[in-house]
Amino acid sequence: MSKLDKSDVEKIAFLARLGVDEQDIPEYATNLSNILDMVEQLDSVDTQDVRPMAHPLDAVQRLRADVVTETNDRENLQACAPEVEQGLYLVPRVVE
Amino acid sequence: MQWEVVIGLEIHVQLSTKSKIFSGASTAYGAEPNTQACTVDLGLPGVLPVFNGEALKKSVMFGLAIGAQINERSVFDRKNYFYPDSPKAYQISQLYYPIVGEGFIDVDLEDGSQKRIGVTRAHMEEDAGKSLHESFQNQTGIDLNRAGTPLLEIVSEPDMRSAKEAVAYMRKIHSIVRYLGVSDGNMQEGSFRCDANVSLRPKGQEEFGTRAELKNINSFRFVEKAINVEIERQMDILESGATVVQETRLYDADKNETRSMRSKEEANDYRYFPDPDLLPIVISAEEIEAIRSTLPELPDAKCARYMDTLALSEKDAKALTVDRDMADYYEAVQQAIGDAKMAANWILGDVAALNNKHAIEFKECPVNPEQLIGLLKRIQDNTISGKIAKEVFEAMYAGEGDADTIIDKKGLKQITDTGAIEAIIDEIIANNPSQVAEFQSGKDKLIGFFVGQVMKASKGKANPGQVNQLLQTKLKP
Amino acid sequence: MHNKTIAELSAGLKAGEFTSVELTQSYLNRIHSLDEQLNSFITVTPELALEQAKQADAQRAAGHVGILNGIPLAQKDIFCTKGVKTSCGSKMLEPFISPYDATTITKFNGSGAVMLGKTNMDEFAMGSSNETSWYGPVKNPWQLDSVPGGSSGGSAAVVAARLAPAATGTDTGGSIRQPASFCGITGLKPTYGRVSRYGMIAFASSLDQAGPMTRTAEDAALMLNVMAGLDSRDSTSVDEAVPDYTADLNNSLSGLKIGLPKEYFSEGLDDAVAKVIESAVKEYEKMGAIVKEISLPTSNLAVPTYYIIAPSECSSNLSRIDGVRYGYRCEDPKDLNDLYIRSRGEGFGAEVKRRILVGTYALSEGFYDAYYVKAQKTRRLISNDFNQAFADVDVIMGPAAPSTAFKLGELTDDPITMYLSDIYTIAVNLAGLPGMSIPAGFANGMPVGLQLIGQHFAESKLLNIAHQFQQETDWHTQTPDAFK
Repeated sequence: MSKLDKSDVEKIAFLARLGVDEQDIPEYATNLSNILDMVEQLDSVDTQDVRPMAHPLDAVQRLRADVVTETNDRENLQACAPEVEQGLYLVPRVVE
Repeated sequence: MQWEVVIGLEIHVQLSTKSKIFSGASTAYGAEPNTQACTVDLGLPGVLPVFNGEALKKSVMFGLAIGAQINERSVFDRKNYFYPDSPKAYQISQLYYPIVGEGFIDVDLEDGSQKRIGVTRAHMEEDAGKSLHESFQNQTGIDLNRAGTPLLEIVSEPDMRSAKEAVAYMRKIHSIVRYLGVSDGNMQEGSFRCDANVSLRPKGQEEFGTRAELKNINSFRFVEKAINVEIERQMDILESGATVVQETRLYDADKNETRSMRSKEEANDYRYFPDPDLLPIVISAEEIEAIRSTLPELPDAKCARYMDTLALSEKDAKALTVDRDMADYYEAVQQAIGDAKMAANWILGDVAALNNKHAIEFKECPVNPEQLIGLLKRIQDNTISGKIAKEVFEAMYAGEGDADTIIDKKGLKQITDTGAIEAIIDEIIANNPSQVAEFQSGKDKLIGFFVGQVMKASKGKANPGQVNQLLQTKLKP
Repeated sequence: MHNKTIAELSAGLKAGEFTSVELTQSYLNRIHSLDEQLNSFITVTPELALEQAKQADAQRAAGHVGILNGIPLAQKDIFCTKGVKTSCGSKMLEPFISPYDATTITKFNGSGAVMLGKTNMDEFAMGSSNETSWYGPVKNPWQLDSVPGGSSGGSAAVVAARLAPAATGTDTGGSIRQPASFCGITGLKPTYGRVSRYGMIAFASSLDQAGPMTRTAEDAALMLNVMAGLDSRDSTSVDEAVPDYTADLNNSLSGLKIGLPKEYFSEGLDDAVAKVIESAVKEYEKMGAIVKEISLPTSNLAVPTYYIIAPSECSSNLSRIDGVRYGYRCEDPKDLNDLYIRSRGEGFGAEVKRRILVGTYALSEGFYDAYYVKAQKTRRLISNDFNQAFADVDVIMGPAAPSTAFKLGELTDDPITMYLSDIYTIAVNLAGLPGMSIPAGFANGMPVGLQLIGQHFAESKLLNIAHQFQQETDWHTQTPDAFK
């Protein structure tokens, strides 16, 4: 039984950089706990010698030739940007 | 308390592919911001990565060169974290199943001995973009041209015990990747970056101490200084009885100190999982062998060969084989003129000196191997003396033409006509009776004076060997 | 005109009975007068549509054109369309005018089809009722107080109400098949990798597939002919030859072996729905098919497996939507974290947040093996079950959903029950198999869909099986009264 509390939700929300209203946290905690209870049904399944399945068709990666195929399309691609200056995307100052 | 230093290096090498690891945008350096960032590089909704096979080939080449295991099945994982230079908010990397497994490098230490440094693994990943802080008040500008450039991250075992060992290892890796042509290793442009993990432990203790990670050091010199200054810092802390904090630190070259970069609460849970947009990379044993057959001769093998078959000294052989372009240049010249030592002297001496003075790589040397061969042949066939040849070489380097043209234009042909030389000698003897007398009475060393005078009178063109011979004859009492 | 199929409309265009411009205008008029009741479109593109129609007419006049030339279609707002708003049902992408076309869109443009607009959908494809959309819920044309299903609820409603002859949808856990069932239309989720995902905003990368939503199997085949094929821009797209999906439509079904999983007919399945399914299966027996009971013992693992894998993948897929290079950005961010946290906090809806949080948790340190890796293992068990079943049968059938469309608001406070409405469809995505839902009758006045599940790349066979049913029955021709 995994019960998530307020601080769990806050921690996960920060990892996901996802703003969650203070008043909604208890509800999220309950929802998440219910979902986790539901998925915990899998615990009882014996999967000891089972290979994980990442893709339904078990295929392998194709290789692309090393050729430049994309040309400069900056004006078009930046048209939808919230804030751009001198061709650079702007964000609040990042301190390193 | 006796402390032992433990150092591990993580080196990020940009692979010299034409296009990015997961998109068809160009990797060329120096373009205007965001002009080489396509839909995939920008992480637009709906875009998908497509894997550049050349990045795989170059990574396998490196693995083979360090005698490492090549994993026939490797997987790309997502490393999830939020940062504006990471447009998808995850970096595609390889955690669980990297392409290259365990290998090793033998490095030469200053005392002449060799030490084997283990390589834990090497994996492929994509580079992030760049953050520019200078031009904007309270804001940072993000350029994603670099995002998606293929990287090979090479992780060493914590086998190094001093800054010097670390630098030797770094230099060796640098030499190998340039040799293989998998990276240009240009540290100024950021295609070869080094992070150092440094810790101390009491001598004899098996357990490692707490380490600090020094990030993004972009020159051999700075790596050595940064590690040393960090060792001092940690030693001060430990000797005072305190504990070292595990953290990331930046090296400040101006102040020659390291400072903390990220606080503890930013410690990230990267939530690695296999990237579902990519499939496992599978390479057969046959394909690996095919790549092995394309490997060029590597520095150590080349050096041994120069010593064995060309009878070069270890010092010369090592110096010639550090840089592949220099070695290629050398081999072209040596094969044409046959004289291994002469070629070595010229290339390690005159050619390298001018290249270094003008900060030019061997690949861009204005005197190409054919031209140098032309010059050296004129020494071999006695057209000019070795000394004159140096003058000719400088003129060639300055672009005045090939050896024959310059020799002709400047009238530098050696004087080998016995009669002509004798005439000059006769005049010198006639004009210097006291020195003649001194020489004849036993002051053998004065031969140098006479040779010098003859050379001066002939403007350096008289064949020194003949001058010597004839002087000896003529000066006999 | 609006009751004609793509095949019929194409014949009409060819015969010169009407032009594409006329056809397009007539649908635009219908949308204008009727969609207010349904809210099935987020963006209608009249100028673009008419321009495309004009070009299609010109191409047709100039020479030979394909069947889809001049045919108006609706595109789910999950496909990036260059120069046109692409919202994915979210406030987070409200300002996003895509600078590029998805491969599926490029293919439709190349076929000469016309785009009427972008259809409404559950936010980021997460939902089973089209109630999580920022742009308001979509209504079921059969009963306006009921949900159309989700996440392709808008596309389903469009086709059911004849606001377009066909539409595209996407299916991650049932998002084509369940709304097709609730709205009484035909929906096909192809084999994983059959249709390119490039430009299709990702929800769960290893489960998502795009597919046609139409009135008939024949139309679905015509659409799939355009959509299917290897795309070098999608590493997960499969290099499998594309047949003419209409070629086998008329094959006889005599001797066809149909498997009915006993697990699908247990408690949880509405009795009235069960009766419809049983009748539908009897139709197949009349056509010479042989029906046998099979077992898919891992059926109960499908929902829990899905609700680890899908949220994990989507939590990572949605991280890129951070307000930096496109999309919604909060006002006056005071620092970087504030920009991320508030933009995403204000831009994403509750269901999306729930799934991001679950996925982030499942992948986090200490839980990865217990959740994600475990789910990948049970995924293989589920896939193995199907492989074993297909050794004995040619096709698996059952209900597409456990009930008919529920009422708007009925399940919004009960996420888990909402998740269980996908109980029959989810396993199909986990195994990467192709699946269809076709109209099979009515229960309590609302449509019921029959689900058909085939082996990998057996779309031709599925379409054949569906088409033959549609020759013997007329459920697929029914229209809700308000939209006749």
